Amino acid sequence: MASDPDVADTTATPFHKAGTHKQTSVYVYEAPVRIWHWVNALAILVLCVTGYFIGKPLPSFTAQEATYQFFFGYMRFVHFAAGMVLTVGFFGRLYWAFVGNHHARQLFSFPFWSRHFWAEVWFEIRWYLFLAREPRKYEGHNPLAQLAMFFFITVVTVFMIVTGFALYAEGQGMDHWMYWAFGWVIPLAGNSLDVHMLHRMGMWAIVVFVIVHIYVAVREDIMSRQSIISTMISGHRTFKDDRPD
Amino acid sequence: MPDNPNDRIETFYEVMRAQGISRRSFMKYCTLTATALGLGPAFVPKIAHAMETKPRTPVIWLHGLECTCCSESFIRSGHPLAKDVILSMISLDYDELLMAPSGLAAQAVLEETIAKYKGNYILAVEGNPPLNEDGMFCISGGKPFVDKLKRVAKDAKAIIAWGACASYGCVQAASPNPTQATPIHKVITDKPIIKVPGCPPIAEVMTGVITYMVTFDKMPALDRQGRPLMFYSQRIHDKCYRRPHFDAGQFVENWDDEGARKGYCLYKVGCKGPTTYNACSTVRWNEGVSFPIQSGHGCIGCSEDGFWDQGSFYDRVTDITQFGVEANADRVGLAAAGIVGGAVVAHAALSALKRAQQKAVGHSNAAKAEKEEA
Repeated sequence: MASDPDVADTTATPFHKAGTHKQTSVYVYEAPVRIWHWVNALAILVLCVTGYFIGKPLPSFTAQEATYQFFFGYMRFVHFAAGMVLTVGFFGRLYWAFVGNHHARQLFSFPFWSRHFWAEVWFEIRWYLFLAREPRKYEGHNPLAQLAMFFFITVVTVFMIVTGFALYAEGQGMDHWMYWAFGWVIPLAGNSLDVHMLHRMGMWAIVVFVIVHIYVAVREDIMSRQSIISTMISGHRTFKDDRPD
Repeated sequence: MPDNPNDRIETFYEVMRAQGISRRSFMKYCTLTATALGLGPAFVPKIAHAMETKPRTPVIWLHGLECTCCSESFIRSGHPLAKDVILSMISLDYDELLMAPSGLAAQAVLEETIAKYKGNYILAVEGNPPLNEDGMFCISGGKPFVDKLKRVAKDAKAIIAWGACASYGCVQAASPNPTQATPIHKVITDKPIIKVPGCPPIAEVMTGVITYMVTFDKMPALDRQGRPLMFYSQRIHDKCYRRPHFDAGQFVENWDDEGARKGYCLYKVGCKGPTTYNACSTVRWNEGVSFPIQSGHGCIGCSEDGFWDQGSFYDRVTDITQFGVEANADRVGLAAAGIVGGAVVAHAALSALKRAQQKAVGHSNAAKAEKEEA
C-alpha cells in the first residue's frame, strides 16, 4: 500500500518523522499494540524453544513406562497452544491496524512508491554504517525498521501460521476443516517433510530477526535521540533534545 | 455384453467356482473384502451380488521404467489371495510380466484387448515413461514406452498408477533425473488417475483398490493428491504402535542402545512415519506379519512424493540441496544466526568506540568553550 508522497515531511508522513516542531513526548503505541508486542514476544520465545526440540528431541526421558509419561506430548501441546496464541494475536493486531492510530498501520504496509521513504531508508543504513554523524528523530518506526518489521514479522508470521496450521491439520486428519483450509500447502511444497523443513527455516529467520531487533532496540535507546525500549512499555516516545529533525 | 457364451466374459463368481473355491470360501472373501474397505456387514451381500452378476473387469497392465516390486507385492496378497481371487476377479488380459505369450503374440493380445473393450478397460501402470531423448530410455515392443502408454490410455476407462514410480517418479526421477522419468499424471492428463504410491504398495492395498473398483464400478474417494482415502488418509505415525513412546519422549538414539531393545520410538533415528501417508501400521506386510517400524527400522517414507530427494533416511531435520551444498535447516539457520550474532557484537563494539570518541571530542570541545569563556 503506497501512501501519498505529497504529505511528506509532516507528522502524518507514512513513516512519521518527528518533524520540525518541538515536542519532547508523543503517545505512539496504544495499549493493545503494547500488549500484543509482549504477548507475541513471549509466544515466539516459547514457539522457538519447543519447536527446536520437537525437531531435535531432548535425550530420552525414561523414568517411567510410556503409559505414565507424556513429556513430548506436553512439549507439542505447548507449541500448538503458543501457536494459537500467536495466530489470535496476529489477527487482533491486524484488527487494531484498522481501528488504532496511524502508527498501528506501519507493521502491515510500507510506502513502496515513495522516493522520500527510500531516501530515509538509505539514511538509516548510513547511520548504521557509522557514516551519518547524527541520527534523525522518528515518532514511529524508522523506515529501515519498518521494512524489517514488515518482512520479518508480518510476512514471516503469515508464513509460519500457514505452514504451522498445515502441519497441525495433518494431525487433525483429512476430514477436519483445518485440513480443508490448509492441506493444500503440503502438495504445493512437495510433501509433509518439506513443509516441516520450511517451517524450521522460518523459525531461524525469526531467530535472526530477534537478535537484530533486540540489539538495535538497545543500541538506539542509548545512541539515538529518542526513547525506544520504554516506548514499548509506556507507549510514549520521548525525545532527548528539542532540536529539529 | 453379447449373449454368445463364447464371447461373454465370465462373472467373478463363475471364475472362482471354476477354480475350485467353495461358496463358503467365496462368502468369507466377500466379508474380508468389506472389512478391508471399512464397510459395514450390510455390504457383504452387495459385494457377493456384484461378484455373481458383473462380468470381470478387463485390465491391461503396462510396465515402464520400474523394478517389478509392485507386481511382486501384488501377487503376494493374502486377503484376498492374489492367485485364487484377484487373478480371477479381473480379467488380466495383458501383463508383460504375468502373461504366457511373448513377442508378436503378446502385441496381438494388446491390440485385440484395446479393440474389444474400448473405453471399458482399466489401465494399470507400473513404472513411468522417461521423456528425455524422445523416450528412448525405455523401449517396449520396439517403440518408446511413452507412445505405448499414450496409445493404451486413450481408450481406458480409468488409470491406476501403481507404486511410487507411476505416482511420483521414484528413484529414476530422483535428482538429477537424467532420463526425465515422469509420473503418469503429468503425461496423461485427460483420464481419471488413482495413485497407489509406495515402493512397493502394500499387496492388500493394491487388491483392495481393484476390489472396490470392480464392486462399486466407480473410483474410490481420493484425496488432494489422487490417493484412495481408505488407505492413504492417515499417516503411519497416527496408527503406529510405538506412538506412546513418541508422546512420552522416549526415543531410540542409536541402533544398539537400550531404547532400541525396548522398542522406543524411532523418530530420532529418522523415522518418516510422521510425514508419510500409508496403511503400513494397520494393514502391515506379508499377510500382516510385520512392517518396518515393527522390525526396528524407521519408515523411509517410500509412499511420499520425492522421497529419494529428502536427504538421509536417518535424519529428521533432513538435508536440503537448494543451497547447492549439503546442509540442513538447522545448519543453515545456525550459520545465519552465528553470522548475524557476530556482526551484532562487532557492530556493538564499533558503536561503543564511536560513542566514546564523540564523547571525548564533546568533552574537549566543552573544555575549550569553558576556557574561551574564562
